[in-house]
Amino acid sequence: MWKFTVRRLLIMIPQIILLSIIIFVLAKMMPGDALSGLIDPNIDPERIEELRHMHGFYDPWHKQYADWVGGLMQGDLGKSFRFKMDVTELIGQRVVNSFWLSLATLIFTYLLAIPLGILSGRYNDSLLDQTITTYTYIGFATPLFIFALVMLWVFGFMVGWFPTSGSVTPGLEPGTFEYVLSKINHLILPSLSMALIATVNTVQYLRNDIVDTKQKDFILTARAKGAPESRVYNRHILRNSLLPIAAFFGFEITSLIGGSIFIENIFGYPGMGQLFLESILLRDFSVVTAVTLLFGIAAIVGALLSDIILSLVDPRIRIK
Amino acid sequence: MATSTAKVSNEQLKAQKSPSGVNIIWRELVRDKLALFSLIFLILISVFVYGVAIFLDQEEIVRVDLFEIHKPPSEDFWLGTDYGGRDVFGQLIIGTRNSLSIGFLVTLMSGIIGIVFGLVSGYYGGHIDNILMRILDFFLVLPFMMIIIVFVAIVPEYSIMTFSLIMTAFLWMGIARLIRSKVLQEKELDYVQASKTLGSSNLKIMFTQVLPNISSLVIVTMTLGLAANIGLESGLSFLGFGFPESTPSLGTLLSYARNPQTLEYRWWIWVPASVLILLLMLAVNNVGQALKRATDARQRRG
Repeated sequence: MWKFTVRRLLIMIPQIILLSIIIFVLAKMMPGDALSGLIDPNIDPERIEELRHMHGFYDPWHKQYADWVGGLMQGDLGKSFRFKMDVTELIGQRVVNSFWLSLATLIFTYLLAIPLGILSGRYNDSLLDQTITTYTYIGFATPLFIFALVMLWVFGFMVGWFPTSGSVTPGLEPGTFEYVLSKINHLILPSLSMALIATVNTVQYLRNDIVDTKQKDFILTARAKGAPESRVYNRHILRNSLLPIAAFFGFEITSLIGGSIFIENIFGYPGMGQLFLESILLRDFSVVTAVTLLFGIAAIVGALLSDIILSLVDPRIRIK
Repeated sequence: MATSTAKVSNEQLKAQKSPSGVNIIWRELVRDKLALFSLIFLILISVFVYGVAIFLDQEEIVRVDLFEIHKPPSEDFWLGTDYGGRDVFGQLIIGTRNSLSIGFLVTLMSGIIGIVFGLVSGYYGGHIDNILMRILDFFLVLPFMMIIIVFVAIVPEYSIMTFSLIMTAFLWMGIARLIRSKVLQEKELDYVQASKTLGSSNLKIMFTQVLPNISSLVIVTMTLGLAANIGLESGLSFLGFGFPESTPSLGTLLSYARNPQTLEYRWWIWVPASVLILLLMLAVNNVGQALKRATDARQRRG
C-alpha cells in the first residue's frame, strides 16, 4: 500500500513540473504584455520600457522561469495589472466562492446519484428504471451550458425563484444569518444545474454495477442462507458497488473545473472560473497563469486521490 | 439451370457464415427504431444545411443592419434578428453547417492521432508503451478546457483551421487509450502470431490486419466523439473562444444569451440553436449507442 502511494506521489512531481513549463510557455506566448495596456499619451513610452526592464521582461527565458517558480514557492503569484493587487490576494477572495460552489455541486451530485443509481439497479427494467435511464441518456447528451442557460431562464427569470447573478445580495453584513442565507440562495441554482448533468455518469455506473453484482454467486449464496432482501442490498451489493464510486471522486474535480468556467460565466458567480475568463479577455496574464496553474494542480491532485482510493478499494491495482 | 443451382449453394453458404461486422451494425440500427430515426434525422439535417447553405451568402447574412435590430420572428425574418439586425434563421443554417463541419474535422483528426498512438503503444508494448502511456496520462489530467481557451486567445493568426488543430491537440487521448487497451488483447491472438511467422512487417500487421479487426471500436468511439466535439465547439464559441461572430456557429448564436436581456426577452435568438444542438447531440449519441451495442454481442437487440 505504502509502496504504491509513494510511487504514485513520485509520478506527480514530473507532472507538476511539466504543467508549470507548459503554462509558463503559454504565458510568454501571449501577445503584448500587461504594460502595453498602459500606453496612453500621458505616459512616456520610455518609462514603460523602463518598467519592462524592471519587471524582468527582457531576461533570458530560463531566468524568467526560475524567478517565476521561485516566486511561486514563496506564494508570490505576481501582480494583477487590472486590479492593482497581488494575485495571491485576488485569488484568495475568489477561491472561497469557488470552493463553496464545488462543494455544493459535489453534495448535490452524490445526493442524486446514489439513490437514483440504487433504485435503477435494484428494480432494473421496471418503469422507474426506464425513466431514470432515459434521464441519464438525455443528461449525457445535453451540453452543460445549454442546460444551465435554460435553468437560469426558467428559474431565474421566468419563475423568479432564485437570484440571477452574484454570490450574495450586496449590502448584507458578513457573518449575519441573512448573509449566510443569501449565500446559500445564490448557490442553489448554479450548483444544482451542474450536478444534474454531472451526476448522470455516476448514476449509470452505479446502476450497471448493481445489475452485474446482483447476478453473482455470492449474492445467490447470501439469499440461499436466508438473508433478508434489505441485508442483501445494504451489506452485500452496496458495499461492492459504492466503493468504486468513491474512487471516482477525484476525477470529478477535473470535470468540476471545466464545468465551473461555464457555470460561473452564465450565473455571474464571482469564482475562479469567472476570474479566469475576465482576465484572459483583458490580457491580465499573471492572473491567467496563476489560475490555470492552480486548476492544473487541483486536477493532478484529484487524479492522485482517485488512484489512492482505488488502490485501497481494489487491491489488484496495487500489484503492478 | 446451372446458374440457379449455383445461386442456391451460394445462398446456403451465406447462411452458414456468421454475419459480417457491417451487417451486424446495420441489423442493430434497423432493429433499434430510435437509432434508425436519429440516423435519418442526421442525414436529412446535413443534406438540408449543406444544400441550403450553398444558396445563402454568409457575407450577406452576417452584415450588420441597424434598422432591423432585435426584430421578433416575422415573414421577412423567420426567426427574427439579433442585435446586429442579422437574420437568425440564416445564421442557424450556416451555423449548423459550420458546427457539423468542425465536428467532423476535429473528430477525424483526433481519431487519426489517437488510432496511431494507440496502435503503436498497444502493439509494441514494453518500454514504448510505458513511455507513451506516461505522456498520455499527463495529457489526460490537464485542465484541457482552460488550456484550449488560453491557446485560442494567444494564437496570432486565428482561423477555423487553427481552432480545429488546437481542439485536436487536446482531444486525441480518450480514443488512444481505448485503442491501446484493445490492441493489447488483439495482438495476443493467433492471427497476429501467424502473420509474424510468415514474415509480415510490424507496420503491415498493425495497419492492415489489427486495425480492420478493431474497426468496430474505432467507429463507435468516433461517433460518440463527434457528439462530444460538436458540444465542445459550441461551448467554446458560447464563451467567445471559438468561432468569431462573422462565422456563425450554433455556439455563437447561443453566446448572445449571455446578455440577460436577450436571455429573458428574446428567445428567438438562442432557443432554436439550443434545441438544434440538443437534437443533434441526442441523435449522434443514439446512433453511437446502437453501434456500441452492435459491437457487443451480449447487448445486441437484433
